[in-house]
Amino acid sequence: MSLIDNLARLDAATTGRAQPRATVRHRHLSERPLVFVPLITAGETGAPLGALIGTERTSPLLLTVAQPRDRDLRFAFLSRLAEILLPYVESYADDVEAAERTEADPETGKRVKVEVELCADAPQLIVPSRAGIEFVRLLGRSMRFRRTAEQDPDAPYPAPPRVPLLGRWLTHYGERSRVPGSSLLLAMTDLLSRHWATGQSSLEEQHLGALLAWIEAPEGTSGADAALRAELARDADGQLLCPPAGPATDPAFDNQLLAPAIERHDRARTALAAAADGVEADALLAALGAAEREIDALVASRTRPTWDAVWRGLDALCTLPEAPSAVDRWRGDRWSFTGHRDRVAAGEPPQPRVDDAVTAANKLATREREQARLDAQEALDDPLVMAGRRLAGEAFAGEVTDVVMAYSEGRSPRPRPLVTVRTPDRPQLDEGVKAYRSLAGKPQSFQFVAHAPDGGLVLRLLDKMGRGKEPEPGSVPEVGDRLCWTLFEHEQRGGPRLPDPEDTPWTHGGPPRTEPAATPVGERPDPVTPEDIL
Amino acid sequence: MPKAALAEALGSPSGFGQSQFAFMRGHAFEARVKADGGTELLRLTHACLGGGPEPEPGAASVPDLTAAGPAGRTARTELALEEASATGTWTLLDHPMLALDVAGTPAFLEPDAVVVAPDGTWTVVEIKSFPMIDGAADAAKVGAAARQAAVYVLALEEVARRLDPAPEVRHRALLVCPKDFSNLPTASAVDVRKQLAVTRRQLSRLTRVEDIAATLPPGTTFDVTRPAAELAAAVDAVPATYAPECLAACELAFHCRDRARAAGELTSLGRSLRADLGTLATIDEALAAARGEAGDADDPAVAALRRAGALRAEALAGGVRCP
Repeated sequence: MSLIDNLARLDAATTGRAQPRATVRHRHLSERPLVFVPLITAGETGAPLGALIGTERTSPLLLTVAQPRDRDLRFAFLSRLAEILLPYVESYADDVEAAERTEADPETGKRVKVEVELCADAPQLIVPSRAGIEFVRLLGRSMRFRRTAEQDPDAPYPAPPRVPLLGRWLTHYGERSRVPGSSLLLAMTDLLSRHWATGQSSLEEQHLGALLAWIEAPEGTSGADAALRAELARDADGQLLCPPAGPATDPAFDNQLLAPAIERHDRARTALAAAADGVEADALLAALGAAEREIDALVASRTRPTWDAVWRGLDALCTLPEAPSAVDRWRGDRWSFTGHRDRVAAGEPPQPRVDDAVTAANKLATREREQARLDAQEALDDPLVMAGRRLAGEAFAGEVTDVVMAYSEGRSPRPRPLVTVRTPDRPQLDEGVKAYRSLAGKPQSFQFVAHAPDGGLVLRLLDKMGRGKEPEPGSVPEVGDRLCWTLFEHEQRGGPRLPDPEDTPWTHGGPPRTEPAATPVGERPDPVTPEDIL
Repeated sequence: MPKAALAEALGSPSGFGQSQFAFMRGHAFEARVKADGGTELLRLTHACLGGGPEPEPGAASVPDLTAAGPAGRTARTELALEEASATGTWTLLDHPMLALDVAGTPAFLEPDAVVVAPDGTWTVVEIKSFPMIDGAADAAKVGAAARQAAVYVLALEEVARRLDPAPEVRHRALLVCPKDFSNLPTASAVDVRKQLAVTRRQLSRLTRVEDIAATLPPGTTFDVTRPAAELAAAVDAVPATYAPECLAACELAFHCRDRARAAGELTSLGRSLRADLGTLATIDEALAAARGEAGDADDPAVAALRRAGALRAEALAGGVRCP
């Protein structure tokens, strides 16, 4: 958080209304996102209790697990989740466009361009909070090593078909969400707090209801009061009016409402199992149905407010125009989606439990590069973010006061005009430091020469002036232009390529071991016990 | 002092609570780990930390630690520890009671278990019901468990110091968690040296309770049957600095937060924000400084704030776009 963001927070605290932290929307939002509002059972390693899911704002699908400790009911839940999620994911898999990618030619080792498919759009998953992202990862981890009856007829407790596949997709989405600037899997609280500052601490901004109350406060009302109500207000029975966005539930809800309902359900089930004849069983079946519907209603009552809040959050975000670079980053997400689609289609095994050294190093390098790219792109897209970089001395804006033509030395002199800029900013410049400005979307390089006697900065223009002896028109700033330079590069270059897996040095785990092909270590399913909870 | 009841009486109930599902699950898991005379627990301890020959199932002694009152249980625990150290066998102390001097008053602590190994070393055991998935658990929860274990280690060291020869208290606590998605226990040794040093320092710097009591006006009471206004005055007489982190730890946090917000304290927006603004302590002061109405322009925090204010206003008004 820069000082500018802190100032926005202070403003919000005194005015009682959220203040902008961005003037454009820095994340791509799909036209048809899938919203997923899960709930878990307390203390049970993320055993699902229920979820609202869907792409239609007015008609979410409700899934519940009436007894979270029952494996069959949990598998039924996961199976239905797969029935909803996988068709959504697969609906994006076939609409492709042609794209080019550079790959090493397997025979010559040269880098050549190859024509590949790129999905025209990608499925986007939105969860209410950061804990929801963790839950998606956890679900993915718990499912991807499961074996179905078809894969392994001897496996105890086989998983329903398609559940392992769902696990692989959720794992991919969870992994992708760790790449800065990616938008395949997003948490609404992160999205909102990226674009608005509220008068509460970042810790309290994890509460979706409170965060939204700040942002949505109508003119003349206090967002602070509304947020406090969202956070703490309880009804006559001691239940929160605005239930937590989950996936964890409020203990008061668990103890007063959910536990008795689950107990009634258990009793109805036991009674049904002990039914003497068909007539009695019919009546007991009806009782079980009623108990299940009661739990459905309870889960719906806790997830529906969050469901609505997520959509209202999307409304709020859509009032901001999308940043130009967000589309560019979304293209990266589409590549990521296409890549995983291809791996699944090629029958590759699920992602391993622990990454090997090369994969881990690659992931880390990607995240670092994407973070730098995100920082640069957000600043270029958004004057408010740029203001923060200017305050930090990493950029400066000013007026061109003088342009003197100069040429480089050497056999064929090239134009190297000297530009003098007057700026109130205090960039951290030293002789020879490079600065960049954006010229028709491409970065143009300058080099700092000296401070002018009147306090201005003298910069030497280095490139993008064409091939001739005279610079091309429009490529050199003119006196009176108001421009902005950055000290950071606009486009990130990747670091040196890592060696191929076969050439990994022993210090980094060495080349991949040639395992007996039957069961590589990473693929072995988790041991299952009768008391598992997920 | 029952802080939850006090918070309730003040009109800012704490909102803490435990779901009965989590409670039941925690208990069931702990019982499972300690079943059969602690066979599984001792096996895990030996596998992670060594400490002598492999424990034989059922051969470990599990002394009875029941006694009247916390002080009695503490004395009983001390005696059991002394005996166990002398015998040179595996001993499991189930829910022992330890005493630690906190700000001049004794606090009674109840670790999940303490294991005495044949080599005479003592190990603190923490049994938690969050899972260890592929050998890794939630970092925040492990951190909390490590801080908790460090306090137990400190208390155990107090006991050890009184014995001759003083046994070694391991600075690596044993964290037992469910493995992956199952109910099977798995364990990991957690190095708590850092948490120990931090806790020691914090304990040594705590203002003694008597000293705080001496500053209070005579007749101050936290009796929850008193009217809210009187209680609020009593609570406000005790100095406290609220920060958002309090929300996760203290029953009175909502009360303190209301106070901090009403006073416009910067810390209520986060410690790092407060740290960035130097001598400015309230929101109004900071905003006045940013607008140039107050504050010393030579103060670097004030100067930075003014520049930030100007840049933000410029950017919101359209600003200079880079392209």
